Order: sequence, then C-alpha cells, then structure tokens
Amino acid sequence: MSVEVKIPAVGESISSGVVSVWHKKSGDFVNEGDALFTLETDKVSTEIVAEKAGVLETKATEGQEVKIGEVVATIDDAKAPAEGKKEEKPSEKKKKPETEKKSEEKEPVAAGADRSGPGSPTPAATLSPAVRRIVEEEHVEPEKISGTGKGGRLTKGDVLAAVQERGKTEEKIEAREVPPSVDGRFIRKRMSPLRRKIAAQLVMAQQTAAILTTFNECDMTAVQELRAKSQEAFTKKNRVKLGFMSFFIKASVEALKAVPSINGRIEDDDFIQNNFYDIGVAVGTERGLVVPVVRDADKKSFADLELDIAGFAVKAREGKLKIEDLQGGTFTISNGGVYGSLLSTPILNPPQSGILGMHKIMPRPVAVEGKVEIRPMMYLALSYDHRAVDGKEAVTFLIKVKECIEDPKKLPLDF
Amino acid sequence: MEKFDVVIIGSGPGGYIAAIRAGQLGLKTAIVEKDKELGGTCLNVGCIPSKALLTSSDHFVFVKKEAAKHGIVIDDVHVDLPKMQQRKDRVVKTFTGGVRALMKTNKVTTFEGFGTITAPGKVSIKSSKGETQEIETKNIVIATGSAAIELPFAKFDGKAIVSSTEALLFTEAPAKFLVIGAGAVGLELGSVWNRLGSEVTILEFLPRIAVGFDLELSNLLQRSLTAQGITFHLETKVTGVKIDDGRVTVTATKGQEEFKFDADKVLVSVGRRPFSEGLGAETVGVEFDEKKRIKVDKHFRTNVEGIYAVGDVIAGPMLAHKAEEEGIACVEIIAGKSGHVNYDAIAGIIYTNPELAGVGLTEDQAKEKGIDVRIGKFPFRANSRALANEDVDGMVKFVADAKTDRILGAHIVQHTASELIAEAVSVIEFGGSSEDLGRTVHSHPTLSEAVKEAALNVEKRALHIMNR
Repeated sequence: MSVEVKIPAVGESISSGVVSVWHKKSGDFVNEGDALFTLETDKVSTEIVAEKAGVLETKATEGQEVKIGEVVATIDDAKAPAEGKKEEKPSEKKKKPETEKKSEEKEPVAAGADRSGPGSPTPAATLSPAVRRIVEEEHVEPEKISGTGKGGRLTKGDVLAAVQERGKTEEKIEAREVPPSVDGRFIRKRMSPLRRKIAAQLVMAQQTAAILTTFNECDMTAVQELRAKSQEAFTKKNRVKLGFMSFFIKASVEALKAVPSINGRIEDDDFIQNNFYDIGVAVGTERGLVVPVVRDADKKSFADLELDIAGFAVKAREGKLKIEDLQGGTFTISNGGVYGSLLSTPILNPPQSGILGMHKIMPRPVAVEGKVEIRPMMYLALSYDHRAVDGKEAVTFLIKVKECIEDPKKLPLDF
Repeated sequence: MEKFDVVIIGSGPGGYIAAIRAGQLGLKTAIVEKDKELGGTCLNVGCIPSKALLTSSDHFVFVKKEAAKHGIVIDDVHVDLPKMQQRKDRVVKTFTGGVRALMKTNKVTTFEGFGTITAPGKVSIKSSKGETQEIETKNIVIATGSAAIELPFAKFDGKAIVSSTEALLFTEAPAKFLVIGAGAVGLELGSVWNRLGSEVTILEFLPRIAVGFDLELSNLLQRSLTAQGITFHLETKVTGVKIDDGRVTVTATKGQEEFKFDADKVLVSVGRRPFSEGLGAETVGVEFDEKKRIKVDKHFRTNVEGIYAVGDVIAGPMLAHKAEEEGIACVEIIAGKSGHVNYDAIAGIIYTNPELAGVGLTEDQAKEKGIDVRIGKFPFRANSRALANEDVDGMVKFVADAKTDRILGAHIVQHTASELIAEAVSVIEFGGSSEDLGRTVHSHPTLSEAVKEAALNVEKRALHIMNR
C-alpha cells in the first residue's frame, strides 16, 4: 500500500513553504525516520521525515512552493528495496551479523594494501569516473542530483547541469540583491520572504488585537548584586553564565500565575486559559527576528533556562531552529535593551495576549527612602490584548514583575 | 491437443533466443522451423558461415603476404578450397546442433515445417513431407526474418546470379566476381573471393560504401579494400544483366556514361526484405507498414491480440543481435516482466579486414539532428600493440555531446573492431561520457588503449598524438 507524504502544519501562521532540497530520490527505498526533504518556510527550515518505510516517489520538485496539506510524495511500502532483499530488512537483529560479516569480508582486501590506491573513497565507488571528478572539484552532493542514466545512475551531463543550475540560483539571488537603482536617488528591492512574513504578521497583530501598553520601571540593583555574587559558582556548576533573562522569565511566570488572563488567548468567541508556561524569547538573527519557546518555564531551574536560551541562540545563528522550537508559546519576552532601547511598545505575537518588553539598564537618579540615589534602572513595558486582559490586571502583572526583580528572594532561587 | 504458452515461428537468432528465454521463464514453448536445421539465415547461410570463410581467407592472406614481415617464411602457399568449405560446414553444423541441444535443455518443443497462423492462437505446420498438423497456443511470436532482395532484371539463378547464400558455396574462386551493392554482405563476400583469387569489382549506387556507418571511416575502409585489390565504382546504377553461355554482362550508368562489366559470377547484395508474407499474418488481420514489415508497438505486440513479432520482420536494423534482444524482451513481456531494448546502443559491424564497427550516431547524423558535438579520434599507428602486431590500419572515432560530454556514437576501423566496439556500447548503454571512458584504466599494451585515447581526444588530451 502506498501512503501520501503531505506538508505538515508547521506553525500557526504558516500556510505554505518551499521544498528546498530532496534528501532522497524517487525510487529510493526509505526507512521510517529517514529525512525526506527540507521544507523551508518564512520562519524556519525543517526536515520532514518518512513516517513509513518503503519506496519513495516524489511529486514536487526542488524549489517548488507547496501548501500545507499538499501531497509532495508517496511511499509504497509494498515495494522492497531496490535490491529486492526484503527478508533481510525488517529485523534489526538479523541486520547486525550481516554488517559484521561484510566488514570481515572487506578487511582482507584493505589489508592487501596495494589494491586500494590513494584517494579512493568508498562512497564514490559507485560513481562513474567523470562524475566522481566533477563531484570532487565542484563540491556538489551526488545524492542530491537525480540521475538519468541506466537504473537512475548519474551521468556527467546530470552533474554538469546541477553545477550550472547551482550557478544560476546563485546568480539569481545576487541579481535580486543588487536591483536597478533608477537614477540613484532610491533603490527598490524585493523584501526577503522572511521580511515579508514578519511584515504581514505585525500588521495582522495590530489589526486583530486591541493592543495597549502599560509601563513601569524596576531597580536592577538586587539582581546585579545577586549575579555578581553567584556568577562564579553558577558558571562552574552549570557551564553557562547566569544572565538577566532567566530572572525575567521566572518573574514573568510568577506574574502570570498572579494574573492568569495574560497567559491565555482569544479564539473566536472563546477565551482559552493556558495552565502551562511556555515562554517565547525573541532572538535577533541575520535573517530577522525569531522567537524560540522555552517549555514549561515554571518547572525549570535557572540553569535549565539559561542553557535553553544559550542553545536557541546557537541554533538561531546556524539556522538550525526547527518549527517545533518556535511553536506554541503562551507569552513572549522581548529585550530591546540589548540594542540600547530605553523604552518601547512591543507588538503582540498572536494569538498570545501579552508581551513583556525589557530595556536598557541605565544608571538614573531615583528617590530611595526620600533621598536621591543613582540606581541601575530598567523601564518595563507590557503590551496586552485589551480584549482578554483588563487594565488593572496588566498593571498588576507589571508590578509583580517589578517586585520579583527588585527583591529576587521572591523567586525560587535554585542555584 | 496440447496448448502452448508461446509458439515461435522461425528459429533464427530472434526466434531461438526467444525460445530459450521463454523456456527459462517456465513458459510452455514451441518453435517452428521450415528448414531442416535450426538457426535461420544467421547460422546456416549468413553470419556464421561467412565469418568462417572470412577468417580462413584472412589467414591465407596473412600467410601469403604478412608472415614474411614477421620473419616467417613459408613456400608454396595455396588454398584447398574444398577443405576450407568443409571446415565452414563443420562450424555451422556444430552451432546448429548446439541450438538443437539448447532447445532440449530448455524444454522447447521443436516442430519441423512451415508455420502458418490460421487464427489467433492457432498455428498450422506443414512438414516437408506434406503432412499438416495444427497446434494451439496463447501467444505467437513471428520471428521469420528476412530474405535477400532480387533485382527485377537480375533474378537469382543460383549459378551466375547469386545471393549471399550461394556466394558462400562456390567450389572455386570465380575469375571475375562482380558485386552489386557495397553494404556489409557485398563487402564481406567481395573480400572473401578477392582474398581467394577472384578479380572483384563492387558497384554501388550511392556515392559511398557502407551506408549507415560514419562517412570518414567508410572512406578509410574503402581505401584499405582498394589497396587489397578490390575495384569500386560508386554512383553507379546497374541497368541490365545479360547471361550468355554462363558468362554475365552487367550494364551500368555513371552520370551520363555507360559501362559494361563482364563477370563469371554476380552477387546481388542490395539489401534484404522482411519475410512477412505467406505466414497467415495478413489473413488474421495483422497490420504491415509500407515496407511490408509487421507493425508492432514498443512491446512487440501486433494489432492482433496474442501475436507478437521480432527481428528482421519488424522495423529497425536487420541485425542478429537486435533480433536476439527483441526476442528476449518480447517473451519477458509475455511472461509479465518488463522487457526493453535500447536501440541507441546497437552496434553495426562489417567483418572485412580491417573491420568496420559503429554504434550510435555518426558525426553527420548528429549534425543533422542539430546536436552540438565534439569529436575525438585516434589512429592505430600511434598504438603500441598495433605496432607490435604489425597491424596499424584503422582508427577510433568518438562523437560526444559538446555540452554533456555524453558519448553519442563510437566508430572503429581495425582488424578487431567488432570486439573493440563492445566497450563503447557498454559506456553508451550506461549514458557515459567520453571522460568516463578516458578515465577508465586500460591495460597496456592493448588495442583498447586506442579507444581510451580517442575518448581523451574528445577533450583534446590524448597522450600519444598531437591533439587537434
């Protein structure tokens, strides 16, 4: 029987994507869990895996735009692997001795040193001599090119075409980046898909929710002192630095517990209350803003939170964030302070009902017990969906965050 | 009455190979042959006996003309033609006997007699004694081959005006042997009798010999054969043939000029026609094309269900190995498998000395198709083994796609071109490029190195010549 491979729903606001690379070719036998292709969407690129073992037949080409739910391939599980060795496949136990035997067989050949000359890697052995040369010189991946030769083998023409095609797409991208500048007074260029998606998302958020922002400020002295005191031991123990973000995540969780309506969302005529705390943390990347989600932040230690955030930062930089890393947050924290912002009004990340804006810590004169003192101060902003959250609730939330930051002992300090 | 899965009419290479494969696949198979011996034209009066005589006569020429160059001195060299013919007959007998044994081992039932399709699924067999029997079958494969074309003004009489069949049976070399048609048959049999002492003249209507092969290499072959003593008259149209007291006078025109040739024997080798009539195919409604070939689809099915056809009787080059592959593919399809023949990778060969072999597109054909090509060539005089053999006549030529480097055609003139071409056929079958072949290690010293060098010359990096 053959099963259809459909584009999965990869995110709330994603309706289409692009099949950027097929990792398997039509006619290949795929095992369950094998990566079939990379799906690139406006937010993230992700690998779609086979849900069944069988012979793959692709129905979409590389670079083709596909909609959620669209069938891009079928897997025929009635068909055996190309060699027709069906019986040998299903049990893992059987497989092992076989591979062992193979390596045993191979050994004497390797021992007969003269037989394998220099620079003859085994995977290339199935490629024809000319194909092998081009693959090595041009650094193309033969498994990503579909062959037109006998039995799907790669011909020199196939590989040359792939090299040329690659050159073309590179040219295309460059051509798009350097657009005609007319008379030089302005430059028009098409926005990247990610940029366009962000734009649409922001407008959609503005048009859908009744966004209102409330402000407060907090004194960072206590947190700074605590960090300075604990940093060395924390870093040594957890191999990650104790930052500000974990404090704000924990403070937000406490505040959300105090004001549950902010940890919910409106869907049509219903209000849905979330009883879990998945906090999105906005991260700026070269390609734009992404918001990976820290799961169950209420149950995590400071160290776990810092490790999560550090992990996301690395993944974001390397473009390895997965769709599931970005999905399903209940509340978002955005830190414009890293860029020097003193005060801002963040825009909601739909369908969430609240977003906390952190800002730059500035030494400012403030009145402390009737005296003017210079304290490291941060303005806080909470944008919220007024449809779901009352003004009083929003203000209460922000005061709760302020209290937790100014007196961290109110937080479950577990380091 | 017993019912077969498949009955094959004709036991030439198309038929007997189909029968073997059908037997292998477990089909209940019968083969019907009108002649006493199995094997058809190829084994009895074509490929095999002609090769036997070509080899014998080639050895004679070697001993007479070449041996001394090697320091081998043999006096009083002469031909014992009856013995040479006996050897040829023995070769044929061995082979046809072998085919009969193969039919047995593959459980194929052999019927001797003329097979006629009386209805779909019914074949009537009339033996030489005049007895008729009818057999039933699910499928019929017509593999009846072809026969030599006659000229209307020069009907075969088997004595003075002969087809290839009789030209293999001469008991003495005709003093003057005239050949009409410079294709494979004419050039091969012209060579045999030229070597054995006849004065051979070959007339050809077209301005070149060996039509269908690469022109450059055809011309090369013509030069070699001319040097061996064969006279060619190209663009020459035979207009009449007169027999007077056993001697033949052939009249022909070349441009405005009229020529007269006299000869003891005239071989008419102007091509072959499909043996498609009188088989009952027409009475059961099988369609033919304008050349009287049986029309089939790519699965070798005729328009009548259960009737298939392969080999010379359908379209395509009239070659034994083409018929064989079709026979295999056809019965595999009948058995529910996926048979396939790659017509781009079928070599044609003329077994003269040097031999001429070609596969795929010629340079001219590629250009006519508008394909941008690159050519690679290598002469055997720059090949070590050919020099050691004292046998440097010939060259290798490749036609490769300029963009993809895929080998589109390979052409060889050389004493063993028939064997050397096989490598190029394999590479073409796999969609390989000239670079693939050029980067494949070839043993030294061998003639096959010239094939590799010609492939390298496509990218102008042959090693033993100036690359142009």
